[in-house]
Amino acid sequence: MSDESRLKVKLGLDVFKPLKEPHIKIRPGMEKDGRLRPALRICPAGLYTERSDGGISLSIDGCLECGTCRVGCGSDVLDWNYPDGDAGVQYRFG
Amino acid sequence: MEKFEVIIAGAGLAGLAAAYTLASQGTEVLVLERGDYPGAKNVSGGRIYLNPIRGLFPGLFDEAPLERFIVHEGFSLLAKERAVTLGYSGDELRKEPHQSFSILRSKFDRWFAEQAESKGAMLLNKVRVENLIEEKGRIVGVVAGGDELRGDVVVICDGVLSLLSEKAGLRTAPLPKNYALGIKEVIKITKEAVDERFGLQGNEGAAHLYAGEVTKGRFGGGFIYTNLDSVSLGVVIGIDALLKHEELDAPAVIDSFKERPEISGLIRGGETVEYSAHLIPEGGYDAVGKLYGEGVLAAGDAAGFALNIGFTVRGMEYALASGCYAARAILQAKEGGDFSSRGLSVYRNILEESFVLQDLRNFREAPRVIDNPRFFGHYPEMIGDIMKDVYGVPEGPKERLYLTVKRRLSLKELWAIFMDLRGVMKI
Repeated sequence: MSDESRLKVKLGLDVFKPLKEPHIKIRPGMEKDGRLRPALRICPAGLYTERSDGGISLSIDGCLECGTCRVGCGSDVLDWNYPDGDAGVQYRFG
Repeated sequence: MEKFEVIIAGAGLAGLAAAYTLASQGTEVLVLERGDYPGAKNVSGGRIYLNPIRGLFPGLFDEAPLERFIVHEGFSLLAKERAVTLGYSGDELRKEPHQSFSILRSKFDRWFAEQAESKGAMLLNKVRVENLIEEKGRIVGVVAGGDELRGDVVVICDGVLSLLSEKAGLRTAPLPKNYALGIKEVIKITKEAVDERFGLQGNEGAAHLYAGEVTKGRFGGGFIYTNLDSVSLGVVIGIDALLKHEELDAPAVIDSFKERPEISGLIRGGETVEYSAHLIPEGGYDAVGKLYGEGVLAAGDAAGFALNIGFTVRGMEYALASGCYAARAILQAKEGGDFSSRGLSVYRNILEESFVLQDLRNFREAPRVIDNPRFFGHYPEMIGDIMKDVYGVPEGPKERLYLTVKRRLSLKELWAIFMDLRGVMKI
């Protein structure tokens, strides 16, 4: 199994409630900023991917709300918030 | 507009400890939790040390849903191709009261919330505290779920990232060197398998830490804690290390850890039932934020109360204690009718006199000493090599032991070890 599909299977084990809107956004114009690049490796849910134009995009489904990207990349490139109540990951074991 | 005496943001251990303590004294307290239930957003590696906090909550933990009491401690240096392990167990660990337990937070936090509610605390789930209300330089309430709620005092217990502490001016933007990423899987195996594989009986448990190749020789490590019929297996990686070293890919680190021969046998046939990630405060005393302000206090991870000294990694008892102390400070402030920062400053005094800030201060140098690349890269390989030579029986004659060991310990190496030990002496 590829690393990517293995991670998908793991995330599939968790309980997620639908997010009404993304709680983390790449700030406009920051897609190609160097500070965002580590997000490709440091997100434990692998939610950041590189587009064909070299910019980075974020797909929020599967977010574990850990904040690694916030601390690692910083608030200049990410508009970071927790999701509203009644949304996002709901750990059953913790 | 609704008004409460105390509003607590976050139903983790700190928030619930504060709520439990305040409600027990008849104070009106509202806890706001963004998860579907307390614990829904909380992750811990999974072991708690009860000795320092039993007195703060007399009898409370006797009925708590804890998993196993830890009687076996293990520490392994993982080299690329071998491992060297130190184990410890003792009668003192088997005797009651047990010092440490494995724990699963969703279960524990829900139970703890029920205890706080039974004392009269109000709990509102599925509500995120979006902001603080500030009037004339003083926090007078919160905005939660779009509603304004007023309180005499707000206790910030929103965890390691503590967006609210930043809004309250108690903390500045987080520095990568003060945080580590924890990634964990809860893996179901039967109780019998846990007992057999870890040499346990009844409710005895084991805890094992790993350093070295887990994080490719960078700051961090791995852990396995036994639960009743599962294990909590995870890795911890310093965010600084993660940023600097491109060979580290966070999701892959836990996979390679699970594939290690030392680990794979322990989880054989197991089924992962949850995959989680959370940050851990690693900065120690120097990374603790401001603890209080006008009408506001911070406790638990939100205040930065956690301590990694290599063999023990602690946070939960600091959260429980600081929540309780925040409550006591509020009760004193209430007596004097003064919730200004002057009235709440007693919180700092209580913490200074307690194990919370004394531990953090005693181990103030620990983060700097532990962040030594030789501990994670060099020593696992070198000690592994020595073991290989000492235990090895070659085809021909075997070299004298002294010469075998000396070969690995050049004068330059001995000097470097001496320098590392000088660092360790600061812990």
